[in-house]
Amino acid sequence: MAERTQKQKPVPARTEETVDEAPSSAPQGDKLKAELDDLLDEIDGVLETNAEDFVKSYVQKGGE
Amino acid sequence: MAIAKVCGIETEYGIQVRGAQSNPVAASSVLINAYVSGVLRKVGWDYEDEHPGNDARGFTYQEVFAPEVETHLINAVLTNGARYYVDHAHPEISTPECIDALEVVRFDRAAEEIVRTSMEAAGRLLGDGSEIVTYKNNSDGKGNSYGCHENYLVDRATPFGRIVSQVTPHFVTRQVFCGAGKVGSEFPNTTSAMVPYQLSQRADFFEEEVGLETTLKRPIVNTRDEPHCDAQKYRRLHVIVGDANMAEVSTYLKVGTTSIILAMIEDDALGGDLALANPVAAIRQISHDPSLTRTVLLRDGKRVTALELQWALLERAKKYERSHGLDCVVESVGQDVLARWETVLAGLERDRNSVATWVDWVAKERLVNAFAQRHDLRPGDAKLKAIDLQYHDLRAERCLARRVGLEVMISDDDVRSAMTEPPTTTRAYFRGKCLQKWPSEIVAANWDSLVFDIGRDPLRRVPMMEPLRGTAEHVARLLEECDTAAELLARLGS
Repeated sequence: MAERTQKQKPVPARTEETVDEAPSSAPQGDKLKAELDDLLDEIDGVLETNAEDFVKSYVQKGGE
Repeated sequence: MAIAKVCGIETEYGIQVRGAQSNPVAASSVLINAYVSGVLRKVGWDYEDEHPGNDARGFTYQEVFAPEVETHLINAVLTNGARYYVDHAHPEISTPECIDALEVVRFDRAAEEIVRTSMEAAGRLLGDGSEIVTYKNNSDGKGNSYGCHENYLVDRATPFGRIVSQVTPHFVTRQVFCGAGKVGSEFPNTTSAMVPYQLSQRADFFEEEVGLETTLKRPIVNTRDEPHCDAQKYRRLHVIVGDANMAEVSTYLKVGTTSIILAMIEDDALGGDLALANPVAAIRQISHDPSLTRTVLLRDGKRVTALELQWALLERAKKYERSHGLDCVVESVGQDVLARWETVLAGLERDRNSVATWVDWVAKERLVNAFAQRHDLRPGDAKLKAIDLQYHDLRAERCLARRVGLEVMISDDDVRSAMTEPPTTTRAYFRGKCLQKWPSEIVAANWDSLVFDIGRDPLRRVPMMEPLRGTAEHVARLLEECDTAAELLARLGS
């Protein structure tokens, strides 16, 4: 369970008509982008090594 | 007034065996057996009251579903009140009956952990280095789909035709906040150049507006009429149109908003003027348009975007809350669902990154796009499809959804307890607690009954036809006071 320690990021609440057009989303956007970059750095070690084989071999029977 | 929206989710997991030859049915059995034999003595499922061929429109298809009962397959009832079984060629868990959307999230997360624990247990059992891997998704990218179905208790008195016509606009458009995202398309003659990415895993597979099927010619509204409770009073609306979600908030919004919409339909407070001219085409058009700008045609001739239709539904839901309250979906949860519903629509409209921690398709899209940009990959590249699949990989060390910062609503402790403890606020409490206390006296279980063998004939069947009877409030004391199952049966019979 150790991996499951994501931070809770508050989503800006919609406050009726008084919100400016492009307010506080920029700093949060930068933060998200930095985290995404970290994730992309990490992802090479996590991704299936042979994507083509993996995708090809993932065949399921229909269910339900 | 609308009746309590008792609800639950059944999820079929994708399954793959690594390092050995195996068929998916056998692998699913090994997976479930590894869990059940380690944790709980297997209690057989009782099929007597299963009628998947019954149609809510009032007729029965015997021939369609006759061979569906595969009693040789593994089928266990867990002490948390859930059912864990092999369905077709997939492991599947149905959560116990829950009183609100937050409980559904908790038990859906518990189901994930049960499957994850099963994978580890199966690995030890196999012992030859082979591995069973499961995926919480709905398609293999090759045209094969498997489901994540929701169930909601509705009043039998509500005309079914009204449910069909009025719930459809929500089923078609709710994917804007509960789609799980998919790289490419499985719709015929649609290339990944045309649809590099879409909102929903499932939208490509819907061909009818309404019908009984679940495996071919899938309908947006499924008519299976198998209430698993008092059929004179209730229906169970079996919803097959949704995606399995990794994001807890997506599951929460999916179930929470749908519960409110169904309550409004029951109280005839929604209205029929939002009907779509062509729901089957619309569900796909909306899914295929991550820009969220495409319009779809309403029956009255207006054109609206999916977001505009969702705003209209939300406004009506807020009005309904003011006039009727939200008791039937649990007031505090209902209020929170309304607030988050508004936040998610606003976020999708203005800056969808702000809801990337809530919405699977947004989180996955960001990951796919960033990866494609960094490595200069074109639509259709296998690596992008691999990211899509691996987003749903339930192995902690491989799962990409765990790494994208999704908001956590349920603590690890609460998930863990939900793996073995039933909800306290529905009849699942009685089922789960009896299984905990008298596992060897219960020979069969079903959603609406338990069958006891207390050593003398005949077997004793305890019907549970009311989803809200058998709660902790009703029976905790009784169960505590009874030392034996025989005593329980005597007390119940008196």
